Amino acid sequence: MIQAGVIGVGQTNYDSKRRDVSMAGLVREAIDKAMLAADIEWDAVDAVVLGKAPDMFEGVIMPELYLADAIGAVGKPVLRVHTAGSVGGSTAVIAASHVCSGQFKTVLTVTFEKQSESNATWALSPRYPYSPHINAGAGGYFAPFIREYIRRYEPPEHIGWKVAAKDRQNALKNPLAHLQIPGIDEKMVSETPMLWEPLRYLESCPSSDGACAMVITSEDRVGSRNVAWIRGMAVRSEGTLSAGRDEVNPQGGIDCAKDIYQQAGIHNPRTEIDCAEIYVPFSWYEPMWLENLGFCDLGQGWKLTDEGVTALDGSLPVNMSGGVLSSNPIGASGMIRRSSTSGNGLGRRSSGGRCKNIYGPCLRWCSAIFCNVDCFLFQRLIGDINEHRSCNCRREGPHNGHYLKQTRKKKCFEPRNACNYL
Amino acid sequence: MKKVAVVGYAQHKILPNAGALNEVELIMPVVHKVFNDLGISQDDIGFTCSGSCDYLQGAAFAFVEGLSAIQTSPPIKESHVEMDAAWALYESMLKIKMGDADTALIYGFGKSSPGNLDSIISLQMDPYYISPLWPDRVSLAALQAQILLQQKIITHDEMMATVIEARNNAANNPNALLTDHVSEDLYQADSLISSPLRGFDCPPISDGASAMVIASEDKAFEFTDNPIWIEGIDHSIESSNLGSRDLATSPTIQNAITNLNLKNINFDVAELHTQFSHEVPFLRKLLNLTNVPTNLSGGPLVGNVMMCAGLDAIGKTFQSLVRDQSDHGIAHASSGPCLQHNMVVHLERHK
Repeated sequence: MIQAGVIGVGQTNYDSKRRDVSMAGLVREAIDKAMLAADIEWDAVDAVVLGKAPDMFEGVIMPELYLADAIGAVGKPVLRVHTAGSVGGSTAVIAASHVCSGQFKTVLTVTFEKQSESNATWALSPRYPYSPHINAGAGGYFAPFIREYIRRYEPPEHIGWKVAAKDRQNALKNPLAHLQIPGIDEKMVSETPMLWEPLRYLESCPSSDGACAMVITSEDRVGSRNVAWIRGMAVRSEGTLSAGRDEVNPQGGIDCAKDIYQQAGIHNPRTEIDCAEIYVPFSWYEPMWLENLGFCDLGQGWKLTDEGVTALDGSLPVNMSGGVLSSNPIGASGMIRRSSTSGNGLGRRSSGGRCKNIYGPCLRWCSAIFCNVDCFLFQRLIGDINEHRSCNCRREGPHNGHYLKQTRKKKCFEPRNACNYL
Repeated sequence: MKKVAVVGYAQHKILPNAGALNEVELIMPVVHKVFNDLGISQDDIGFTCSGSCDYLQGAAFAFVEGLSAIQTSPPIKESHVEMDAAWALYESMLKIKMGDADTALIYGFGKSSPGNLDSIISLQMDPYYISPLWPDRVSLAALQAQILLQQKIITHDEMMATVIEARNNAANNPNALLTDHVSEDLYQADSLISSPLRGFDCPPISDGASAMVIASEDKAFEFTDNPIWIEGIDHSIESSNLGSRDLATSPTIQNAITNLNLKNINFDVAELHTQFSHEVPFLRKLLNLTNVPTNLSGGPLVGNVMMCAGLDAIGKTFQSLVRDQSDHGIAHASSGPCLQHNMVVHLERHK
């Protein structure tokens, strides 16, 4: 299979209402940043892949038609992906498939949601013929599964508050994040009103306007650019009413994670993966997904959270960007996880030079109504060639794809302190 | 690079109003039909992709319901495009070419009867400046028809002949919705909906679903003795700004002709996703199909299942090549006002 890598990512500022831009302006803001980061011109783009969640969030049907000019697709193939809440991730997978199929060299992909144009809870409460109308919003769908998780493993109540506080504290370090809540801590979260037992107001994701774009290219077009190689990608879906489906620990997530670990040659995700961006729209989903994605045994996820393993200075930082709990333009959220991991500075660990080799998965949600999961595993070098060469280790420069394949095993034989890449 | 073949296709009888028959009940029979024809099940499918529009069902995430029509346990590799299912075929083909799957199930579905299609489709336009004017799909198509007539690229007679031929061809298509013969007098007597388009020039409101199975060259012959190869497939989009487009031609069709090297191929059959009568002579001229039997199924003028009619054009071309043992077929799918986004597929039956 042809190797694909991300050479540029762009994210907009996230806010509850981006009244300063139209939908076209919003997507273009992300695209311009991604193209600049990738250092490419429009003629280098062979195809465009657009993703967003339901058209009802903005009231524009098949928006690739209206946005054709803004996303630079005129005269080019464009595909519009809609896989429900997982769409940001699925879109990246499909964009990468364009490259991996050998049909295209360089693909621009962009996802967005301008939720201020509509009302997400209304759009999330569909009224189907011959079915009872559930005016639940997203939280109403997820809360029962969280309650079941708590029933099974009896974690203490503060785990949810802890995740919510941690992600918002991370968001304070991310200038693009929507929610910036100075002084946020567990106590503040625990004192907010209960929305859907056990979820409190600050344990829920916001509704955001925002867009995210990535430029994905084939190995032979990377050149000397910084690149995040896509080492694994997978999607799985389960039907809403599949018999025996376990919504707390969905088989789709298990299969997806196993698939990408196998593709990337990961045997122990807990130790071999440096950081993760995981779709956590409600606080309790961090421990639930840690278990589902194989970072720990069942019932142990909340302990990782409680011990601070997933904190910014922990051994497996999760959602360093602030995550979905801090910015949630639904259709883009999955791709933001990828962008943040593949590195535009947001994904960089706080511990400075210690970790320059970020190797992380981006894992996207299973929704309550429908399970569609997708996983990406990135390998990323942050830092420039000179910095790397100064350590005199036995690797070649990052411009060489083979080198990057090898780095997963961290074949640096210099003393740890001497190499900026370890 | 792996070659990909269409190995099976099934279409639901097109209905004017499926009533209480929901989308799942439309999809299930066609998926079962195509599986039974090939003697396979969902277990033999490596990737599944569908095309639909939430707005037709009137609910966000409505396409998710469609998954209830197929087996999803254990979890499947699956995706969905909010486009005509022809683009679901395109995505599936990429998955096979990259080696992620050897087989794919594609399905498309749409019920236009419950809502107001004119209002719904007008939401495709620029939401700030155009959609608030509620331009309906027929009026937008009429703009292009008017330009084509004024520039003498097509004639009124060609439009009328297209309608009459479509109805005649429909007699051979058991799934067609409109099969009544239309005479010249009847056509001329029909009232204008949006000049120059009469009622007969427009497609009927239709409900239905279709399914297709494609396979890599390694797998295709396990399923059928008659795989039809996707020799070429190309699509591209034009500007959303009607004022900046030259509606008298189609750069995206020209792209396809160049990219697929279509100029020197003698096609035996063509199926075009032409929702309005003027689009047939227009595209036949652009694609040099004037002497090629076109829309033998009757095309969208006799049954136009939204989000599926493009896939149907590919499916009908596949069926023609299998049935007639002919060699080259061309299929077309389209999206957006005035043929904004076009896909051209070259299907070939190797001897």
